[in-house]
Amino acid sequence: MKIVIIDYGAGNIQSIKFAFQRLGYEAILSKDAEGIMTADKVIFPGVGEASSAMKKLRESKLDQIIPKLKQPVLGICLGMQLMCHSSEEGNTQGLGIFDVDVVKFSNEVKVPQIGWNQITNLKSDLFKNVNEKEHIYLVHSFYAPLCKETIAEADYGLGYSAALRKDNFYGTQFHPEKSSEVGERILRNFIETIHTPN
Amino acid sequence: MLTKRIIPCLDIKNGRTVKGINFVDLRDAGDPVELAEIYAKTGADELVFLDISATEERRRTLADLVLRVAEKVNIPFTVGGGISSVEDVDILLHNGADKVSINSSAVKNPQLINDLVAKFGSQCIVVAIDAKQINGEWIVHLVGGKVPTTLNLFTWAKEVEDRGAGEILFTSMDHDGTKDGFANEALARLSTELNIPIIASGGAGNMQHFTDTFMEGKADAALAASVFHFKEIEIKDLKAELKRNNIPVRL
Repeated sequence: MKIVIIDYGAGNIQSIKFAFQRLGYEAILSKDAEGIMTADKVIFPGVGEASSAMKKLRESKLDQIIPKLKQPVLGICLGMQLMCHSSEEGNTQGLGIFDVDVVKFSNEVKVPQIGWNQITNLKSDLFKNVNEKEHIYLVHSFYAPLCKETIAEADYGLGYSAALRKDNFYGTQFHPEKSSEVGERILRNFIETIHTPN
Repeated sequence: MLTKRIIPCLDIKNGRTVKGINFVDLRDAGDPVELAEIYAKTGADELVFLDISATEERRRTLADLVLRVAEKVNIPFTVGGGISSVEDVDILLHNGADKVSINSSAVKNPQLINDLVAKFGSQCIVVAIDAKQINGEWIVHLVGGKVPTTLNLFTWAKEVEDRGAGEILFTSMDHDGTKDGFANEALARLSTELNIPIIASGGAGNMQHFTDTFMEGKADAALAASVFHFKEIEIKDLKAELKRNNIPVRL
């Protein structure tokens, strides 16, 4: 099992690496096309600001590689947002994998949302052995609205996408690597239950 | 629904956990990584490590500690204490800290907040503010509450938000160590005037104090040290009590 974390200079990579280590898997970092394309599972992390992260992806030409991947890909937090059509943050054009536009929370709620929220309406094997309303950890100011690719919802002033899926591409707005035992179950599912389609 | 967070704070000196009573009298409360793991397993929502050592080795010791914590702990954690540059923050986040907290360095150089936010994003920049009342006005203090500034708490907090900080950790020096409850009036005002999350700190003595700071103080999270370290309050019991009071918590 080759698990690769895309290393493009915008992510809490160490935490993800350690999370897999706690599950008994070694994840390796890679920034080159060959290393990423030969992986069994790809993790696409991201923290920080959307337009500068997208710029880094373009500079390394990873924006061309990621949408063509055939194996399961898991975008986390900003990684998930960059897989969307666009983001209101820095007027960023995304990778266009998920057909949804990322927008900012209104001032009706505190922004950023920081903390533990519940996931509901779970619709994927990614959430095998995860119950409705279990808590996951999030830190974000922008969100993907509910859409046909939504596989988990959260509520923060309004319902929005806590996770998305299209074909082999998965994305979580929350941080599974920081979401205690629930997050560990989700990461384990991604590694052990989700497979490359034949 | 977003839950209210319970955050044990681990004061760190030379890689060991200590807890200051009014920031002066220090008592040993164990190994930080071991303690952090226990808290993660027993229901803490987040952890704060506050480094209070003043040696030249401090930076490396703290970076090493962050790496050891990130390896073992599966909940988010914040690191603070003596952080004064983009480079300081870079190594701590790189080693696995989720957020960093800055205090005196932000007062001395407010532009640092903007610089950190531009490089790392609002979500990981916490500004800690220590304040106490002088003639009825909340005044920001530095150096663990020993040195008064000319800054008004609410004015400074607003500036911190405007400069892009993602969260404020407010410690009332009047309440810290008293075990008499949090500064709920000031907290409620901060929470109303600002639109970023506020962490309440200083004054936790019993479970009712936590209920009060979430209800009356409108806090988004509550931080405490000694009541947790010395098992005066078990987080599991605290959360059950909060839930009974209809406060959303992660059980």
